[in-house]
Amino acid sequence: MPRNLHPIAWWLWALGLATAASRTTNPILLMLVLGVLGFVVANRRGEAPWARAFKYYLFLALVVIAIRVVSRSLFGGDTGAGDVHVLFTLPHAPLPSWAAGVQLGGPVTLEGTLSALYAGLQLGCLLCCMGAANTLANPKRALRVLPGALHELGVAVVVTLSVAPQLVESVQRVRRARKLRGGATRGFRALRGIAIPVLEDALERSLRLAAAMDSRGYGRTGSASPRARRATGAFMVVGMCGLCVGAYGLFGGSGLGPLSVPALLGGSALCCLGLAIGSRRVRRSHYRPDPWQAPEWAVVACGAVPAVLFLVSAGFGATGLNPSVYPLTWPSLPIIPVLGVLVAALAGLAAPPPLRPARAVVREGKDDRATPPGGDGSSGAGRPGHRVGASA
Amino acid sequence: MIELDHVSVTYAGGSSPVLRDVSLHVEEGELALVVGRTGVGKSTLLGVINGLVPHFTGGTLAGRVLVAGRDTRTHPPRELADVVGAVGQDPLSGFVTDTVEEELAYAMEQLAVPPDVMRKRVEETLDLLGIAELRDRALHELSGGQQQRVAIGSVLTAHPRVLVLDEPTSALDPTAAEEVLAAVTRLVHDLGVTVVLAEHRLERVVQYADRVVEVRADGTVAAGLPAPMLAVTQVAPPVVELGRFARWDPLPLSVRDARRRAGPLRERLSARPVPPPRRTTPQAAMGTTPGTPTGVVLSARGIVVRYGAVTAVRGVNVDLAGGEVTALMGRNGSGKSSLLWALQGSGRRQGGTVDVNGTDPRSLPAAKGRRLVGLVPQTPADLLYLDTVLQECEQADRESAGASSVGARALLDRLAPGIADDVHPRDLSEGQRLSLVLAVQLTAAPKVLLLDEPTRGLDYRAKRSLVGIIHLLAAEGRAVVVSTHDVEFVAAAADRVAVMAAGDLVADGPTAAVVGASPAFAPQVAKILAPLEYLTMDQVRSAVAGVD
Repeated sequence: MPRNLHPIAWWLWALGLATAASRTTNPILLMLVLGVLGFVVANRRGEAPWARAFKYYLFLALVVIAIRVVSRSLFGGDTGAGDVHVLFTLPHAPLPSWAAGVQLGGPVTLEGTLSALYAGLQLGCLLCCMGAANTLANPKRALRVLPGALHELGVAVVVTLSVAPQLVESVQRVRRARKLRGGATRGFRALRGIAIPVLEDALERSLRLAAAMDSRGYGRTGSASPRARRATGAFMVVGMCGLCVGAYGLFGGSGLGPLSVPALLGGSALCCLGLAIGSRRVRRSHYRPDPWQAPEWAVVACGAVPAVLFLVSAGFGATGLNPSVYPLTWPSLPIIPVLGVLVAALAGLAAPPPLRPARAVVREGKDDRATPPGGDGSSGAGRPGHRVGASA
Repeated sequence: MIELDHVSVTYAGGSSPVLRDVSLHVEEGELALVVGRTGVGKSTLLGVINGLVPHFTGGTLAGRVLVAGRDTRTHPPRELADVVGAVGQDPLSGFVTDTVEEELAYAMEQLAVPPDVMRKRVEETLDLLGIAELRDRALHELSGGQQQRVAIGSVLTAHPRVLVLDEPTSALDPTAAEEVLAAVTRLVHDLGVTVVLAEHRLERVVQYADRVVEVRADGTVAAGLPAPMLAVTQVAPPVVELGRFARWDPLPLSVRDARRRAGPLRERLSARPVPPPRRTTPQAAMGTTPGTPTGVVLSARGIVVRYGAVTAVRGVNVDLAGGEVTALMGRNGSGKSSLLWALQGSGRRQGGTVDVNGTDPRSLPAAKGRRLVGLVPQTPADLLYLDTVLQECEQADRESAGASSVGARALLDRLAPGIADDVHPRDLSEGQRLSLVLAVQLTAAPKVLLLDEPTRGLDYRAKRSLVGIIHLLAAEGRAVVVSTHDVEFVAAAADRVAVMAAGDLVADGPTAAVVGASPAFAPQVAKILAPLEYLTMDQVRSAVAGVD
């Protein structure tokens, strides 16, 4: 039966894959992770606006990789000494002595470029994991699990989520209006004429939405006593510090050693405690709460398998996860991690298909405002189709 | 139920209070209608009731407000959510979720209503407001009337005892407005909900009101039974104006009551010829200003506008004559805006031709096109971006240098006298802002002027002065097109009415013929005096003046 999976299940699944991706720089494994993300997103996303966002995350990942590679080539500091493959040599700019350690230009080596590429790919992969979670889970429903203590944050996020798409519409509307005055619709000169009405509009809409939420009881009895607020804040800050230290020790692979696990656990416990104190006075209920059933467990398990496998690196060598670039070697294909990542793809089958919203067969009587008449901006006049229309 | 005790509200930076020493008492189960001119503080009065003023807006509130026994001093809006439901003017901007059902449940979730009760209440509310078939629909694809009903439903599910509605029908066509008002009156009569409602177009609601609350310009408030109150209010719908004019007592508030009293008046008027609806007919205007073009100034053939799979305008033919005022009517979404933008040339147009003096405005750059056809969009503020009225006027003069001998500032003084140079355009009233944008567009001296829903948010007096402005423009030989839902405005302003439905032009003819015959579109005076072909109070006045 089609239903929407619990948003937290998707987030845990994506975090599992992200954990795995953070442990490897093997390009084949990383590409495999991207493939798994793409497969699950294509299979189980809904039809809402945010469900079409995955391609933008992919694009963002490409940008990250490009920045990484280009900056490495420019400021890489490769000397070309030793047994390396020099691809080409950029003109070298000598820097003053106080900038020691930074080098501008110089030889660009295959080894340096590859390691930048792998690192960029890893970062892009992490981005795409977050993107997949955002695409698969309705962000507004995910916000509902936010503890009551964080309701101010909730207002801000809901307002942003609602106003951002309207901003696009508002820009189109104002640009059309600019043309009515014969003003420029592009370039710096047009900026003021467009930005000011749009910002005014956005500000007004945000205020109206926040007022509507307030008068419908959002954050009701959320005004905890100042002492409870301070306690919540303190617990959260200390807890977050613990989480950061623990996560760094665990995933960064650096030598914090035995400290990392207790820090992680202690941090989580403090965070939970803080939220519990803050939420004690907030009472809310959920209309049609998202159930947590077998598919949710299955999806979380699918995400947990690669995470655990990569963390304990059982049954395969570390070189399989992090192929060496000094000296240059072909990345290998360790079989167990590959299987682990492929298990995550099963989430695309384990999760039920999402609900499709009922579509109106006839789009009846939409409000005039909702239909942007002539939202073609300034490019309209020059389009060939228009010329045909005009001369017909 | 609602008790205001010597309440005064002063906003931060305001020199004088918006509300001054207001004492008001609204009983349980009443429908209280808040009337008053634009900008006098009707919205402030409504905001006071659910605590948005001053908790959300800032400002100082003196006195005491009790709603169902709770003092708004100690109860912010969220703590009043279970007794007061408030719906704003633009329902879409207040929606928090994405679908109808989730939106209906939102307030209950915040109030921690148990899930099984929520399911039951959502179903009840869907039926009560007649929106059951919309339950899974996305909110942004509903029509204006449906959105407004969902917005009312979304506060009703919390079972509030007071409902506060700020101009719930201002953006709606007559039929959608009827739907919403029918739902509201049903709540009052069947459930005993107390409703406080602000509205500009009184002709729609005054017959349902149990109490009329008038907010005056100085911030004081008077309240009383509808008939005696309306006999003296500054704003009045045509039925009341007719009643005042004919000195009927008690004052009839509905068309039905007025019609029963109007027998003698009809008899008296039937002996006279019906005066023309407009004092300055196009012919007269052309006579006074020789040299203006006679006949057709804009001719459009086979206009087609499409958005993806949706066809908004299907092959419409329009001819606009100089000196003529045309009203464009039709449901929300029937293609009125799309047609106007296509005629202007800067909007989308997939087919057809527009001919203004042998030129298609779209073939010209935007700065030249606006000298042929001017358009004032639905949100005139989109055109304004400078800090003062004077700067806007000077910018407008630069934009259309050489087109007109009269500057924007002079035009503005003619349209709306008394606007200071250094006022920020945002601080102007709706009517003044509209005048400013009109002045800006008129500097280009277009022969054709298109106005998209200019009557939104205007009170009777502002509308009357807009009628004057439109007639002035027509008298200069321009063709003027006004798209609007307001039948009373059409009756007073237009020579000709074109009605659009689903992208087609379904009716086009003289105002009296098109509007007078239609049950949905007929103005109140026409309904009361039928079969006599009167449309406006001005006609009745001049006819009676002729009799005496």
